[in-house]
Amino acid sequence: MTIQQAVARGSGRSAPEADRSAGTQPAPMVAFEGIGKRFGPAGDGGFTALADIDLTVARGAITGIIGRSGAGKSTLIRLVNGLEKATTGKVVVDGVEVGGLGEDGLRGLRRQIGMIFQHFNLLSSRTAFDNVALPLEIAGIDKKAIKAKVGPLLDLVGLGDKAGRYPSELSGGQKQRVGIARALATDPKLLLSDEATSALDPETTQSILELLKRINAELNLTVLLITHEMEVVKTIASHVAVIDAGRIVEAGRTFDVYANPQHETTRTLLASALHLPEWLRNSIKQVPSEGDRVLVRLVFFGETAFKPLTARLVSELGSDVNILAGGIEEIGGEPFGSLVVSYSADPAVVARANQFYAETGLTTEVLGYVA
Amino acid sequence: MSLDMLISLMSKSLGQTLQMVAIAGLLGSLIGLPIGIFLATSGKGELFPAPVVNRILGLIVNAARSTPFIIMVVAIIPFTRFVTGTSIGTNAAIVPLTIATIPFFARLVEAAIREIDKGLVEAARAMGATPMQIVFKVLLAEARPSLMAALTMTMVSLIGYSAMVGAVGGGGLGDLGIRYGYQRFMPEMMLAVVVVLIVLVQLVQSAGDALARSFDKRNRKN
Repeated sequence: MTIQQAVARGSGRSAPEADRSAGTQPAPMVAFEGIGKRFGPAGDGGFTALADIDLTVARGAITGIIGRSGAGKSTLIRLVNGLEKATTGKVVVDGVEVGGLGEDGLRGLRRQIGMIFQHFNLLSSRTAFDNVALPLEIAGIDKKAIKAKVGPLLDLVGLGDKAGRYPSELSGGQKQRVGIARALATDPKLLLSDEATSALDPETTQSILELLKRINAELNLTVLLITHEMEVVKTIASHVAVIDAGRIVEAGRTFDVYANPQHETTRTLLASALHLPEWLRNSIKQVPSEGDRVLVRLVFFGETAFKPLTARLVSELGSDVNILAGGIEEIGGEPFGSLVVSYSADPAVVARANQFYAETGLTTEVLGYVA
Repeated sequence: MSLDMLISLMSKSLGQTLQMVAIAGLLGSLIGLPIGIFLATSGKGELFPAPVVNRILGLIVNAARSTPFIIMVVAIIPFTRFVTGTSIGTNAAIVPLTIATIPFFARLVEAAIREIDKGLVEAARAMGATPMQIVFKVLLAEARPSLMAALTMTMVSLIGYSAMVGAVGGGGLGDLGIRYGYQRFMPEMMLAVVVVLIVLVQLVQSAGDALARSFDKRNRKN
């Protein structure tokens, strides 16, 4: 530990830059501490949007907050740049408490935080170039410096040849690329993404996610994103928090949460990312009736990924195992396989299967029952 | 009446109409614009929150707009005399025309600004923009096509209003039509006045539309 670090620690203040170079646990980029948010009048007339939120966003990582619409994720992300104010608790961004800032301080902070939006929020009266220039104009940067800055940013997002186009002349994906370039214009240390891919088709979504991943790696930019799509979290987020009805119900490394979901909401969100056939998804029941089959997701990772466990399961249960969906993907850089199978919901069969899972250490999850 | 006389009467009246419409339109819009912006941005939780002032200003604007123009012309004669030193003539007529333009244009400006997607304001706030920067760089810039349309509508209405100020000796085309066409039974004069007014309104409307279109980048296609 250098003297500088020792001094910083001794004074009780975080020293993020020094920490990172030393490779020790750096202070988080964002910390939510005991956050609560109520809208409307106090008492029964109001609405509790967020309650008891404690969450940290790791420096340099991509963190996803996933939840259904109305879960409070939009409110949560807006606390970071002060577009919303917490009713209780505090939000600390890079060592600065957001709630303690006045209007001027808040504007200064916002210039260090980029934000992209679901509906892009580009000015229709400005070209791509001038949209990217807007935050620089707002910050009072002179014209020459703006010109030098905007060109490379448009190149970075792959729109170098579209500088003179108006938003109405661009596709959804291109608009979001302009939005990303605009968010990066003031060299922010944190990028907030508010459902940035929700209005885009799957292919465009992937290309935008790739871009965010690249920016995160090349610029070492911390990214906090909110989404309702597990696919988005799985593709780029190394850490995830699941929010439901204003509370964080589960948080951790994306891989861990994905492999072993603990909360009902997480499971539901995961199920939507399993790519089950439509007819199957619609026919899942939570309570079995006579002659039904049980639907189970088998998860393979780490050690279990390399053993021929599926074949052994089939021989253990007889030939009565249907494979319905499956695939191998990479989550947070680790291979991860999942297989959805169904077999008789007969108690004897289920007992044999469960014993097999216990013996082999296979991670499983009962998705429901089908006829 | 000789053609020469008709033309000379006509050109004098057209000049008076243009003078009244141009000056009242310019002054009324200049004063109405900030009022309209304020009406659109001073509600609860908006850029310049002042809900009480907003409501009072809204009431005044409504009162002014619901007063029939000819009554306003007569009612504000003391004010007109205070401003121009006289209560009759073309210059005097400009005062009530301006007063009537302010609330009319302000409401149109308010509507044009409210039309703008709230997401754009949020994006600008997220960039660290001040409320004034949001007004000038986002609201006014994005509302430009609608503001141009509002200005056109205001000018066309003013041409109509200006026909009524003959009541206080304001002159203009409307006055000419009433005095010669109606009171002296000269249908050809009435017809000429109406034709000139139609052409004038068409010109203003076409010019306004063209300008609004050139400002509008919302529906450009590849």
